[in-house]
Amino acid sequence: MSILIIKNADKFYGKNHVVKSLNLEVDDSEFLTILGPSGCGKTTTLRMIAGFETPDKGSIILKGEDITYLPPYKRHVNTVFQNYALFPNMNVSENIAFGLQQQKKDKATVDKKVTEMLAMVRMSNFAKRKPAELSGGQQQRVAIARAVANNPAILLLDEPLGALDLKLRKQMQFELKSLQQQLNYTFIYVTHDQEEALTMSDRIAVMNEGVIDQLGTPEEIYNSPSTEFVAGFIGDINKLSGKVTAQNELVCNGQNIIANTKNIPNGKEAKIFLRPENIFITQSNNGIPGKILQTVFAGTHTKLEIQLSDGNIVHINEPVNSERRYTHGDSIHLEVKQHTAIIFE
Amino acid sequence: MNTTSLKNFLVSFSGIAVLLFLYFPLVVIVLFSFNADTVNSFPIQHFSLKWYSVLFRDDELLQSIGTSISIALISTAVALLIGIPAAYAMHKYDFKGKKLIDKIVLMPITLPGIVTGVAMLSFFPFVGVKISLTAVTFGHITFLCAIVVTQMLARFKRLDPYLEQAAYDLGATPSATFFKVILPNIKTAIIGCVLLCLVLSMDEIPVTFFLIAGNNTLPLEIYAMMRRGITPEVNAISTLIFIFSTTAILLSMRLNKEK
Repeated sequence: MSILIIKNADKFYGKNHVVKSLNLEVDDSEFLTILGPSGCGKTTTLRMIAGFETPDKGSIILKGEDITYLPPYKRHVNTVFQNYALFPNMNVSENIAFGLQQQKKDKATVDKKVTEMLAMVRMSNFAKRKPAELSGGQQQRVAIARAVANNPAILLLDEPLGALDLKLRKQMQFELKSLQQQLNYTFIYVTHDQEEALTMSDRIAVMNEGVIDQLGTPEEIYNSPSTEFVAGFIGDINKLSGKVTAQNELVCNGQNIIANTKNIPNGKEAKIFLRPENIFITQSNNGIPGKILQTVFAGTHTKLEIQLSDGNIVHINEPVNSERRYTHGDSIHLEVKQHTAIIFE
Repeated sequence: MNTTSLKNFLVSFSGIAVLLFLYFPLVVIVLFSFNADTVNSFPIQHFSLKWYSVLFRDDELLQSIGTSISIALISTAVALLIGIPAAYAMHKYDFKGKKLIDKIVLMPITLPGIVTGVAMLSFFPFVGVKISLTAVTFGHITFLCAIVVTQMLARFKRLDPYLEQAAYDLGATPSATFFKVILPNIKTAIIGCVLLCLVLSMDEIPVTFFLIAGNNTLPLEIYAMMRRGITPEVNAISTLIFIFSTTAILLSMRLNKEK
């Protein structure tokens, strides 16, 4: 069941068309991530759901009710802001209680809920602290508790981990995901970090220039990107060129590759997108010939930069425990795992 | 002496010289206010608080203090009621003429007081306000509004814009947002603004001079006393004003700086 439906939403900032007839259906209790580079319209989309922006055209429907023109304080959605936006004049408890007090809940209900929220985000010992006395991660937890306290139909999260350092960010990714599963809420999460999107989401909507390029599970997005933009934006990828020779057959640097060629006619040039994990160095001489340009040690593996005979550059990851060591200038042959290449015209 | 220490010496010397130039007259006034003799001359022979007690028996002076305080309180209150919403609107909304207002809002302070005074002198009777303490209060409100708007606008600009959105997001109506989130976060700036306005109003001469009729305000009363020569009483009252103003301004600066 769809809890939220966005129908043909358009948004202009002056002449800038930031969201272009966007359609999106969000399922109940799913973790949906809107992923895209900055300026792609993802934050604007979130702000239209929250009520801070009104679409110029189209409508937004929450649980069957048209909320397109409803002010933010009348919408049953809550937001975790990028900079947390905790009220500096209130302590942690007061911040969490704020939303409940606006709904005129009685004091006992508010107190009970605040205690429960504090426990949920493991901040019970900090109830009387002011936001300025908390670390970034703690402020983050309070912001989440404050937004969840109102039992929103949807929790909106606007790049909430952007300000945290890498280690804390990774830890919070897991916490957010388990919180979402535990509460069984609908989360709409906006980020430009593709790794964050892959690890947490049930579904990802990849946005580019105001349009959703692809909507699907992380696996679908990663393994069968529908546009060149999605293929390039999610994960590492190598871009090669080749020619279609038959249905589902291509030739690249003299070697045959088997992959889905979609409707590209025979004899046509095609772009071949390959994930690093699907290219190997082969000891046989039947592979795509190349030369090692650079090797970079990266802990679990060594990153190799290889130039092919047609001039294209390929990056692959070689396990550090492999028998052979490669150095700059070595001539090697590459083998491509069949059915893994993604082909665009 | 090497060049660095010479440079340091010159810098601190000129700094101290400027401060002395500015504040030495004040020091003299404070010292003379404790002089028991009628004639101001060094060295001071006898110290006494005599002039302070004379001060508190001077009915006209006391009345002028009362007048000044009530004008200051009323004009500050009205300036806040006009200035804070005006600043909030200027911060929050884009409207036609906003840039113009931004530029001319400081006019009542930047224009010489004489110009404002003369302008009001000819304008007020035109709209039916007689030259009186009421006219003086209106005059003070005008320039205090300029102070309140600029001070509060600066504070609003430093306020996290997401606080307001977070309040809306949590279900607070615009009025609840203003009173529970915005106002508590600009409280210190408002107190600072009040102190600054009170001091400016209590000190004001040019505008007041043109509009006053009936009782004198404190600065004009002192000015009137001066016509009889610098009496030790003037020294005493000046000392008190100096202490009051300095405290208020320092407090106001401190509160406005607070986050």
